[in-house]
Amino acid sequence: MSAAVAEHDDHHDDHDHGPAKGLLRWIITTNHKDIGTLYLLFALAMFFVGGSMAMVIRAELFEPGLQFVDPAFFNSMTTMHALVMVFGAVMPAFVGLANWQIPLMIGAADMALPRMNNMSFWMLVAGVLLLASTLFMEGGAPNGGWTLYPPLVLQPITVGKALPFAIFSVHLLGISSIMGAINIIATILNMRAPAMRLMDMPLFVWTWLITAFLLIAVMPVFAGAVTMLLTDKFFHTSFFNAAGGGDPVLYEHIFWFFGHPEVYIMILPTFGVASTIIPVFARKPLFGYASMVWATASIAFLSFIVWAHHMFTVGMPIAGELYFMYATMIIAVPTGVKVFNWTATMWKGAMTFETPMLFSIAFVVLFTMGGFTGLMMAIAPADFQYHDTYFIVAHFHYTLVPASIFILMAAGYFWLPKWTGHMYNEKIGQLHFWLSAISVNILFFPQHFLGLAGMPRRIPDYAIQFADWNMISSIGGFIFGASQLLFLYIVVDTIKGGTGEKVTDEVWEDAAKHGLEWTLPSPVPYHTWTTPPTTVPTEHVLDTH
Amino acid sequence: MNEALSKKHTKLVRILVLVAIAMFGFGYALVPIYDVLCQWKWIERDRPDDIKKVSEAAYKVNMDREITVEFITTLNESTPMEFHPEIKQLKVHPGEYHTVNFYAENKANKVMVSRAIASFSPALTSSYFEKTQCFCFSEQTFQPKEIKIMPMRFVINPDLPASYKTITLSYTFFDNTDKSVNK
Repeated sequence: MSAAVAEHDDHHDDHDHGPAKGLLRWIITTNHKDIGTLYLLFALAMFFVGGSMAMVIRAELFEPGLQFVDPAFFNSMTTMHALVMVFGAVMPAFVGLANWQIPLMIGAADMALPRMNNMSFWMLVAGVLLLASTLFMEGGAPNGGWTLYPPLVLQPITVGKALPFAIFSVHLLGISSIMGAINIIATILNMRAPAMRLMDMPLFVWTWLITAFLLIAVMPVFAGAVTMLLTDKFFHTSFFNAAGGGDPVLYEHIFWFFGHPEVYIMILPTFGVASTIIPVFARKPLFGYASMVWATASIAFLSFIVWAHHMFTVGMPIAGELYFMYATMIIAVPTGVKVFNWTATMWKGAMTFETPMLFSIAFVVLFTMGGFTGLMMAIAPADFQYHDTYFIVAHFHYTLVPASIFILMAAGYFWLPKWTGHMYNEKIGQLHFWLSAISVNILFFPQHFLGLAGMPRRIPDYAIQFADWNMISSIGGFIFGASQLLFLYIVVDTIKGGTGEKVTDEVWEDAAKHGLEWTLPSPVPYHTWTTPPTTVPTEHVLDTH
Repeated sequence: MNEALSKKHTKLVRILVLVAIAMFGFGYALVPIYDVLCQWKWIERDRPDDIKKVSEAAYKVNMDREITVEFITTLNESTPMEFHPEIKQLKVHPGEYHTVNFYAENKANKVMVSRAIASFSPALTSSYFEKTQCFCFSEQTFQPKEIKIMPMRFVINPDLPASYKTITLSYTFFDNTDKSVNK
């Protein structure tokens, strides 16, 4: 089959040597690198949009009382911040990385379905724009929380004109990510270089393969749930309407059946990138490759059977509470395997601390902290105190910001030189890291205290005893937000030429041992692997060394 | 595109699209699955169809225990009614029958079909709170401006675990006129 692929691609090259000219290139492109770039830049833009909303939230919470915004707008901000960050920033950023890296890493010429790839991206843009348009509607953007719980989200006070737009937006985003997931699975399963067996694949490819299956399994369920909301509101069904025999608690079950796998959709590719970066800078093969693959698969499986730990307080028989409590705690086992494997990879390694490695190490430490607070909330009786307080806010921000976001930054620093052929400014990179790592803890660590002391989430005003920690948290938030402008500067600067230093094909010392992409020229040519590689690096699959 | 590869893609994509469609269906299948799980008591719920009318059984009255029963009433958003219990609180002995009247008035100038939904706190007490007569068993039709005094007769099953001393029963009236099948 390999000969056939090569023959086809030679032919393909005859009539297409480089990108189309002009702006239209970016609209009609089917090149995985172009689409990857579009996804990543769009995600970066949304990161700043969602981040600005977070700044509004932290400004309002700087001191007790109502300062800047009215409560309904505040609630719109919390709702939209979550939706934009989850569906506009983190998920598209990982799809962008997948588009760029998976074909390079597995020796494929492009994604399996390039035209569908283009369509997924533009559907994402349409979905996010539709969502953003609700901000300008009469009654404002949705403000019942990103989970869209009925009956609140269906009531006139929260519904405005925005709800159907938000729901159609979720449909578009869902279809976009399902198409992206199908494309990724088809690419990985059908287009690997013949020499690459499944258990030779880099972990980033493995984690994305598993994530793609999660997406296909749960995005349609979420689409179904919001469709029920829509018909309840406008077509007189009673899925969640108690008077018609429905039950709002049913929504919570359906939502979290989607919602829990969704949080792993955002963290599994994070694990994959960390497992790619750490070995390069530790100058050692990844420790426990096979156990990493199995741990990822176990976490994905467990994510389907633990959803009700998000709703311990809703009323469940004691057996249900216990089941969901223990099932949740089991997730700590495969996650622990991963954390120990990363640590063991670094153990006695000849480590250097370039910016991508700094972000990765911070990820290992801070994600572990987020994991521990997750374990605390897995304890059903204790969760009754933490539920819907700032403790849960601190928990999931620790697993998303200094985990997913830090790793996305690390990935940017790690691969940008490869993609652009230019080296980023290491000094500013380090400054960006230290400012981010310190301020993210000033921002989120005090929220643990606030939560344990009983401050509820999603409120614009609070009791006076919470004032000090909120002010500290807000200061951390402003520093963190401002620091990210450095990242924007570095990305733009690197694309335009960076330090002027010409990077080697490997970019990082001995990187070619760790992944196929480093054997290609820098910057990566527009078309790569038109002939699949005949050998693939297997150092990372060595379990013992 | 290479034909063998193209065929492989088509086959895989077909399967994956079917999985996605099946999962959309599964989302809807969760609705009946949920009802079954509730019937099996895997999920605690005090739904109207769970709170069945029971016939008046003669329980031995436990004079040693006294349970405080509180009544709360709420109107769902935009339900044009007045609705309140005639007494807010009652001390009862388990096994003893009591009747409480609720006052309901249709404030609107139109026929209204509405439905009262009960909710218990603590939720686990719902299965010990037995009603022999209640306006909540079915939808209530109100003529314009009609006033109804609606009785609810109940007994607390003496098997109620000793740890429960107060039961709060909350009724919410929903304007169901648009959705009702009985209008």
